[in-house]
Amino acid sequence: MPKLQHPDVTNDMLNHIDNIIGSFRQSPGAVIPVLRQCQDVVGYLPVELIDYISSGLNLPKSDVLGVATFYALFSLSPKGRHTIRACMGTACYVKGIKEVMGRIKQTYGIEPGDTTDDRRFSLEGVRCLGACGLAPVVVVDQDTHGSVKPDAVVDILDQYK
Amino acid sequence: MANPRLQLMLCGGTGCQASGSREFHQALYEELEKQGLEEEVKIIETGCNGFCALGPVMLVQPEGIFYQKLSPGDVPHLVEEHFLKGRPVKKLLYVEPASKETIPTMNEIPFFAHQKFWVMRNKGIIDPESIDEYIARDGYFGLAKALNDMAPEDIVHEIRDSGLRGRGGAGFPAGLKWQFASKAQGEVKYVLCNADEGDPGAFMDRSILEADPHSVIEGMIIAARAINASQGYIYCRTEYPLAIHRLTLAINQAREYGLLGEDILGSGFNFSIDVYQGAGAFVCGEETALMRSIEGKRGMPRPRPPFPANKGLWERPTVLNNVETLANVAQIILNGAQWFSSIGTESSKGTKVFALSGAVNNIGLVEVPMGITLRRMIFDIGGGIPKKRKFKAVQLGGPSGGCVPEQHLDTAVDYEEIVRLGAIMGSGGVIVMDEKTCMVDMARFFMDFIQEESCGKCTPCREGTRRLLEILDKICQGEGQPRDIETLEELSAVIKESSLCGLGQTAPNPVLSTLRYFKDEYIAHVYEKHCPAKRCAALLKFEVDPEKCQKCGLCFKACPVGAISWEKKQPAVIDKQKCIQCLSCYETCRFGAID
Repeated sequence: MPKLQHPDVTNDMLNHIDNIIGSFRQSPGAVIPVLRQCQDVVGYLPVELIDYISSGLNLPKSDVLGVATFYALFSLSPKGRHTIRACMGTACYVKGIKEVMGRIKQTYGIEPGDTTDDRRFSLEGVRCLGACGLAPVVVVDQDTHGSVKPDAVVDILDQYK
Repeated sequence: MANPRLQLMLCGGTGCQASGSREFHQALYEELEKQGLEEEVKIIETGCNGFCALGPVMLVQPEGIFYQKLSPGDVPHLVEEHFLKGRPVKKLLYVEPASKETIPTMNEIPFFAHQKFWVMRNKGIIDPESIDEYIARDGYFGLAKALNDMAPEDIVHEIRDSGLRGRGGAGFPAGLKWQFASKAQGEVKYVLCNADEGDPGAFMDRSILEADPHSVIEGMIIAARAINASQGYIYCRTEYPLAIHRLTLAINQAREYGLLGEDILGSGFNFSIDVYQGAGAFVCGEETALMRSIEGKRGMPRPRPPFPANKGLWERPTVLNNVETLANVAQIILNGAQWFSSIGTESSKGTKVFALSGAVNNIGLVEVPMGITLRRMIFDIGGGIPKKRKFKAVQLGGPSGGCVPEQHLDTAVDYEEIVRLGAIMGSGGVIVMDEKTCMVDMARFFMDFIQEESCGKCTPCREGTRRLLEILDKICQGEGQPRDIETLEELSAVIKESSLCGLGQTAPNPVLSTLRYFKDEYIAHVYEKHCPAKRCAALLKFEVDPEKCQKCGLCFKACPVGAISWEKKQPAVIDKQKCIQCLSCYETCRFGAID
């Protein structure tokens, strides 16, 4: 297998990736867990990495790319240092997530799917997080913020440099 | 060790953790240690209590005192007053929003008092990470009975006779599904648990998995015995990390106790379970798509027949049940079909867990007998609508469901009755909407969701939902044409008839149900270019009516960009050049003075 060369993939990461592929080589239906774990290592899935995974698992590239582009979890482009996940579920919608998103756009110029130019924030509109009791909900990295008002979201994001 | 004097059942569900239950836990633990109370007063972290909006919540047992909205700052006073001196702290107790009355014990709080806990019988009572506590509450007794005293056919009959129907949406009789799979030919069979709870506004499956994971595992083992399956998968969405963590822990514990693996309880029966994480695709809640996803492919549905009971995962006979369905199984086996069918309506038996949210005072999970009216659920348990606003509609069944207006609130909730109203039971999301919700905008919201989540395999769903969304966008932008309303109706009928899977076949429901009950709002948008709920920014003038303005200045304070000028005793004025149309002023104005 040719060695993977990509500016965002270090040698350490590559060792990790080889271990992941190795441990799943024999299991059927392994594409999704392999992609998930490799994305956890690198932060996203560069196309070269997808090629590398497909030869490692001995699958057609089209199959692996097909899976990577189907599921919302996978990203083929680099992400910001902090990921803002705004819940777009019904309860959050009724309670005003639209206005919160509007404020994020106004302040940082990003819409769902975008990353700020300085790679500080990536914004994602996600499906119901199941925390409807706290609507509207915004999750920054691992922190869940509930009952977020447009004014508050600016203050919250300010804490993530 | 002596029995503790008090047990503090602190909720560790997703909602309460987000509200700071972890920090509270830490502070409480330290304070109890400092006071030398750690042996006498025990903290037990439970799964989701269900009353998420009041988080973090804590139940003090055996007294039954219910504390809410706790923060680390409350700890010293709470420990001193209650746990040392025995005086409950009034300011941390629940206050009924309508009567302003303080209610100290959980059982007296209307939100809990009207519920019937069968599926959620262990929530907040046991430590979900301890198999022993589950067993102490009759856990795995149903499994022992099924393995030792019942033939596989008896299990199928018991479930069929109970009338248990699929809680994931369509309401297919669970026993019948098991019967098909048990008769299917094949050496290898599978039992799957659908924990891909994707409907926005539904979180009961998350709560069950977090609060009582063993009940789902026990149900799966019984199902496996009934159809003679040797392998099970729980397909859980990746957005539920805590549920995945607890499930994995529970599976390992069950394996250690000989309840999973080889020769379970000495019966010679083998079964193991793996957790499979989803990757963020709503359509994977559809059974054939879910199986595709476990096989490592794009999660796209395929036509049925063949049904999964004959050809499912890896083309083998497969039973797929939803989390809540499986959580009912062990209790039915233990207590009998008759016990289960003793409550409910003619066609829908047992209880159903609903996720009550939106514009309602008591947000959270409610488990009620089938057949309860929507009105009781929203007003008695839910405590009515906040801010003295008027009820407008309740949305049932997620994106495939529909909106039900005031005049049908006395309908009894069961599978058939809800369909008659143009909605579906779905997974049980109940989202209450008040007068500030625009129904056209709501239909647009659901169509936006569906159109994005459509897998793209069949044309009616892929293209049709996109066209519906375009038309709804246009109407909300004030560019609606008279013909648009008819087109919405025609197109909806075609998508319903010709889509491949349940997602497409129900996709137009939000449009059809709002057209059925709220056509006047569509007409107002299209013909009068007016949004009655004042939600569609393009149809608003952003002008203050000086006649109606009470000169209170609230909108002036709410405006984030300083576009509103106001002085005492003067009506406010909006500068349209500066205005960013964020609607903050509309939200704040109590007099409807902004047009």
